[in-house]
Amino acid sequence: MILLPCPHCGPRNVSEFRYAGETGPRPNPNSTTPQEWRDYLYTVDNPAGWTTEKWFHGTGCRRYFVVERNTVTNEVRDSRLPATQLENSP
Amino acid sequence: MVASEIAEARRGGGDVIGKLINRNGARNGYSARYSAFDLFRRGLTGSEWPQAWRSHDLKSSYEAVIVGGGVHGLATAYYLAKEHGITDVAVLDKGYIGGGASGRNTAIIRSNYLTPEGVRFYNRSVKLYENLSAELNFNVMFSQRGHLTLAHNDGAVRTMRWRAEVNKLEGIDSEVIWPDEIKKLVPYMDTSEHARYPILGALYHPPGGIIRHDAVVWGYARAADAHGVHIHPYTEVQDIVVEDGRVRGVRTNQGNIATNKVVNCTAGYSSLVSDMAGVRMPIGTFPLQAAVTERVKPFLHTVVVSGTLHVYVSQTDRGELVFGASVDPFTSYSTGGSLEFIEGLAGHVLELMPPLSKLRLLRQWAGLCDMTPDYSPIMGITPVEGFYIDVGWGTWGFKAGPVSGEMMAELVATGKTPKLIAPFDLARFPEGRLVGEKGAAAVGH
Repeated sequence: MILLPCPHCGPRNVSEFRYAGETGPRPNPNSTTPQEWRDYLYTVDNPAGWTTEKWFHGTGCRRYFVVERNTVTNEVRDSRLPATQLENSP
Repeated sequence: MVASEIAEARRGGGDVIGKLINRNGARNGYSARYSAFDLFRRGLTGSEWPQAWRSHDLKSSYEAVIVGGGVHGLATAYYLAKEHGITDVAVLDKGYIGGGASGRNTAIIRSNYLTPEGVRFYNRSVKLYENLSAELNFNVMFSQRGHLTLAHNDGAVRTMRWRAEVNKLEGIDSEVIWPDEIKKLVPYMDTSEHARYPILGALYHPPGGIIRHDAVVWGYARAADAHGVHIHPYTEVQDIVVEDGRVRGVRTNQGNIATNKVVNCTAGYSSLVSDMAGVRMPIGTFPLQAAVTERVKPFLHTVVVSGTLHVYVSQTDRGELVFGASVDPFTSYSTGGSLEFIEGLAGHVLELMPPLSKLRLLRQWAGLCDMTPDYSPIMGITPVEGFYIDVGWGTWGFKAGPVSGEMMAELVATGKTPKLIAPFDLARFPEGRLVGEKGAAAVGH
């Protein structure tokens, strides 16, 4: 079991959350090409080590937030609200 | 020496037996083949078996380097040597042979997939597995005991029908059966209407079954070695040298190798290896946990899979029950198991087979799965010339080992992508031609 610190609700069991993937810049849907959009949809960094990702607290505050997690040890060093809620919510 | 013997046998100059048997395993100073007589003799005398494959010093150059010493890498090396005469090949693994996903899967073989592309591909693999013990002169213990995928709701029954029809069009034995027939196949299963998730039907696939996964790896290693392939365990690739868009070599913790062809046959770490060549991947690494019970008398004669309950159960030749599940819900390179998983798994198994409640678990483990967006593998060429990939094997990789090896060997030797794997190329992602296998993955993912 790993604990995720929700910025609203505090540390909770990871089973309360839904993993929403790596964060990254989203191309503008009005000006992007199909290739760029598919690259945004499919290609990921998938690092072995520290990564920044989105999580959704499904059985808590039902908010998206940003977590810095080590994918090898599952250690979490930072958990924060997105810079702007709109940009980071799918 | 070995190649000349084969050539002589083919010309008719060799002895009669030489023409009839394959020569995998034949080499100077070793017993040529495993046989019942040899087993009897060594049983009486208690003498040691020779190591099945040799150790070599790392050469400074190879014609081809295969990264990953599991079933995919070793099968690729074997078919390169046997079918295409390319024997100057090194297979590198950062750990021991078969210690990654090849040693952590639940060893289920089947071909009852959903897409025609997937069905054709996996069916070729089942055919190769059926003949593998004779081909490699190594008992891989393939037990075609039948494979049941349970449907617990109307949507699942409809998907089973769909799969059965696609399978039959491709000539594969696959049919939907109903609870009374399921009860005959698996008497200990709760097929009553009163179960928490009543079983409405199942997709029955008689050619499916289980295999001894270590034996497959060792058999390929021994046969590839007999053809002159160098197998290097504990040799970690740290960088891939690319100049002007072409592969020039690899750097390892045991020294540098010059080569024009590198095949990425890794699992779990495949996106990291591809990163070394500058090729970005649509792959996320997710752990998949599995567990095994203590040994009991044989009572479960088919493989049972439930998509709704996210569990699959089979009984090995040793009597242990092997349980597997779907991948963990978030990416990780950690192979540590979790108590939550065991709790959930045990609950689901007991939903299906209540009499198992007194069984004790022996151990649990996790393997790393490279999940792709369309639940299909990625095989073929990359934008870097000479860098080939055989990756993205998620939870469906072990059953594809032989056919992947055969196809990747053909690609590396001829430079042409075989028709069977053309749909699974890396370019399908930027071009938007995904091969959606999600509905057919055994536990629904």
